[in-house]
Amino acid sequence: MPDLLLELFSEEIPARMQAKAAEDLRRMVTDKLVDAGLVYEGAKAFATPRRLALTVHGIPARQPDLKQERKGPRVGGAEAAIAGFLKATGLNSLDEAKIQRDPKGDFYIALTEKPGKPAVDVLAEILPMIIRTFPWPKQMRWGEASIKSSALTWVRPLHSIVATFGIETEEPEVIQFDLPGVSVGQTTRGHRFLAPDAFEVRRFDDYVAKLQHAKVVLDPERRKEIILADARTLVQAQNFELVEDPALLDEVAGLVEWPVVLLGSFDAEFLSIPDEVIRATIRANQKCFVVRDPATGKLTNKFVITANIEASDGGTAIIVGNERVIRARLSDAKFFYETDLKTKLEDRLPKFENIVFHEKLGTQAERIARIESLAAVIATSVGADPAKTARAAKLAKADLLTEVVGEFPELQGLMGKYYALAQGEDASVAEASEDHWKPQGPGDVVPRDPVSIAVALADKLDTLVGFWAIDEKPTGSKDPFALRRAALGVIRMIVANSIRIKLANVLGDGLTGYTSQGNEIVRKGIESWAKPSTTVRGAVESAYDAWTAGGVRNFISDRLKVQLRDQGARHDLVDAVFALGGQDDLLMVVRRVEALGKFLDSDDGKNLLAGTKRASNILAIEEKKDKRTFDGAPDASLFALDEEKALAQSIASVGPEASAAVAKEDFAGAMAAMAKLRPAVDAFFDKVKVNDDDAAVRENRLKLLNEIRAATRAVADFSKIQ
Amino acid sequence: MDSLPPHMRPERSFQGFILALQRFWAEQGCVILQPYDMEMGAGTFHPATTLRALGPKPWKAAYVQPSRRPKDGRYGENPNRLQHYYQFQVIMKPSPANLQDLYLQSLKAIGIDTALHDVRFVEDDWESPTLGAWGLGWECWCDGMEVSQFTYFQQVAGVECAPVAGELTYGLERLAMYVQGVDNVYDLNFNGRDGADKVTYGDVFKQAEQEYSRHNFEHADTAMLFDQFRMAEGACKSYLAAGWSSDKRDKHLMALPAYDQCIKASHVFNLLDARGVISVTERQSYIMRVRDLAKACGEAWMRTEAGSAA
Repeated sequence: MPDLLLELFSEEIPARMQAKAAEDLRRMVTDKLVDAGLVYEGAKAFATPRRLALTVHGIPARQPDLKQERKGPRVGGAEAAIAGFLKATGLNSLDEAKIQRDPKGDFYIALTEKPGKPAVDVLAEILPMIIRTFPWPKQMRWGEASIKSSALTWVRPLHSIVATFGIETEEPEVIQFDLPGVSVGQTTRGHRFLAPDAFEVRRFDDYVAKLQHAKVVLDPERRKEIILADARTLVQAQNFELVEDPALLDEVAGLVEWPVVLLGSFDAEFLSIPDEVIRATIRANQKCFVVRDPATGKLTNKFVITANIEASDGGTAIIVGNERVIRARLSDAKFFYETDLKTKLEDRLPKFENIVFHEKLGTQAERIARIESLAAVIATSVGADPAKTARAAKLAKADLLTEVVGEFPELQGLMGKYYALAQGEDASVAEASEDHWKPQGPGDVVPRDPVSIAVALADKLDTLVGFWAIDEKPTGSKDPFALRRAALGVIRMIVANSIRIKLANVLGDGLTGYTSQGNEIVRKGIESWAKPSTTVRGAVESAYDAWTAGGVRNFISDRLKVQLRDQGARHDLVDAVFALGGQDDLLMVVRRVEALGKFLDSDDGKNLLAGTKRASNILAIEEKKDKRTFDGAPDASLFALDEEKALAQSIASVGPEASAAVAKEDFAGAMAAMAKLRPAVDAFFDKVKVNDDDAAVRENRLKLLNEIRAATRAVADFSKIQ
Repeated sequence: MDSLPPHMRPERSFQGFILALQRFWAEQGCVILQPYDMEMGAGTFHPATTLRALGPKPWKAAYVQPSRRPKDGRYGENPNRLQHYYQFQVIMKPSPANLQDLYLQSLKAIGIDTALHDVRFVEDDWESPTLGAWGLGWECWCDGMEVSQFTYFQQVAGVECAPVAGELTYGLERLAMYVQGVDNVYDLNFNGRDGADKVTYGDVFKQAEQEYSRHNFEHADTAMLFDQFRMAEGACKSYLAAGWSSDKRDKHLMALPAYDQCIKASHVFNLLDARGVISVTERQSYIMRVRDLAKACGEAWMRTEAGSAA
């Protein structure tokens, strides 16, 4: 079967857009082929800086014929209906229609057969349409044609298109279509500098081979392999090690058609700058890789250039040029770094008074002050030194105002640590500059030092309550202030460090931070959830009550569910624990969920769950029927059967035992106690008829069932478990 | 070019370098203009680019434009940063299909051999908030150094470009440093002579850099500048209002003088910004005010002889 070769040859496509564009091209062409009834065997797309290419193989030469049966009006129906039927189906007269009988009568049926078109004609229709509607993130007009607003747009000027179709053994056909200013045929060009001449291609295999000959490596994966392998070889020859960087590799592979890897170096005096700053400088500005000495793990004064040409002098001039630029950039970086070191972090703080954090949440200075007071509260719960915590919270964000962070925002925190150490701060205080931003995402590490934990928790909780109070909650896929990440960070820090903290208290303290600064917008936000109260503290507390009903606690518990589910836990168990109410200690929630999960994996657990569910179901029905609940202790004198008595005794002993274990936070112990209920519950359902004819006995038995449900609530709300 | 005397060769002298570029673009049919006689932040502000980029009439021009960036002053102490430097600007409307090739040939004309040097087109989308302009293109790299900006204008002064113009901006000092192989801008050989006859870039401009840095950061009269901003803004608006030939607003007769006041306002704003007397929030509003002037000038230009189809 025939194959399609498509190449869209343009001016340089931004590296970051190439991979998605190749994938979009493959998807759009193959989707349209399938829509047209042309089911292909395989397809692959490629991108270089100057071209998008697509091969689709095994396309049927023609579309299948399309048979259609269409029911028309009743035989002898209205003139107008018959005329409409003929027009819609393209029949010349009713003689060409069939008559079909069904229970309602005789009807005209039109059988039409639309012959399939040659695939090459289908392609001639779909390709220009795809090119005109291609989803580039940004596109442009160009040249003479751009005088019209209907002009073709592309990511950069599109010059020519190769579009051929045919079977392997024959000369392929050029797909004929018109796009203004763009030539369509079978001519392409090689490397811009090394092989600029035009040449003809027929199909994918000779296309790839001829491109390779013309110094173009079509496949980006192959270009990446070449760059990586050559770079490794080059640095290993000097007993060094490449600092690998997959994102940079992707980008660099999108900047060259013919990668040539070269090794440059810079003055060793620049190694006095922190490694991360050197790397950021060389990466961001020059798109070069850095190199480390495996013996020390530190950077060396080498860097790896990926050029796009085989230079006539072997690359010497290219290396010299790149070295000159890197020298200038590192001079700047060194100057920034040394300038930063001259100013103490605390001396930068007054500037924060003029920098707005968020228009409704005040300045950065106010934010830092709130974090300081909240961190002080949290410090006692996490065992952090109060003086160090206060110092860390004060300085943690000061590096935002440094030159190096201004130049390389990705180094925020890390530079703060360096500058803090340089001015003789305590190691924990310095560490907090870097670690209080963490965890940045699900894969990031969690702070471990108590000082960092206190500041990091305070930072995230302040953000959560503040944005919640001004009603900037995440919706759908939109979470501009990364509140989900903040909530997940809070959860991960609490769990990983086994922190005991009452959410209600710290969230309330977080809100008080805003109101005590006189933030009226936040106060109004709180009042909108709260019962009137005479004091801020009172308002905050009642706000928190209102809030926990449907607000931030649900948000946090939802995040916890996501987190636990990602770790393989069942989200219904999380629901079962939260349904107990008053679950304000995330660590205890997690411990309970863990114990519950283990218990429900055992036979005792499964059976007890079944028994409890059965009790709940019966109760639900009977409660509805009688329009009452069956609270209160059952009357022992009404027990008629041994199984009733045994169950009552079992509950009487297990209930307190489980509660005592829960009070000691021994959830496994509580579950073990629960397990003792199982034989009595099983026997009860085996032998006892709940809905006894005697109303008093029935009521008593329902009360007993209610006791089972009540007893199990010591550990979880079993009704939420699926 | 082989007939050039040594002191005029682009790799020997800064002035020879500029002349080589002018000669090259003259060969491509550009009118070679002289710098606009006003202070501006970039060659793009020259009416030969900003206004001539608008409207359907073809236009090809090239010129050197002294560019003033008051904030970039470093008292003559930084080897790369200047508060006054030269841009070489090329504008071609409509953008020719071979504009990239022409650009590469121009590099050859100033001594950059693409068989020896790694020239790359790296994504850089250009936007000028003050001019209400944007375009797509690249920064052009030579051995890892950005040496030019290459932009296909899509919109200027709030008006869609139809047809699109291609714009090239060469950072002359930086390119000349590369070609001459010097690391400090003040060491550039300006006149291509040796010994006592040699004049360097430093000889010509170092004192100016020191003096203007003092002026820009410490002494520029901010009260006067605030007044000047208001006056330029007012004048621009009144010239624009006066320029309409009738109430139908179908013909404008004074777009160029009005636009001068827009250039003026923009430069005064840059000076105020360098003096640090404009707060972060005010900054945005000043930029919007200049943009409004630029847009109004663009609208007026489209009703002038050069800006319209007629």
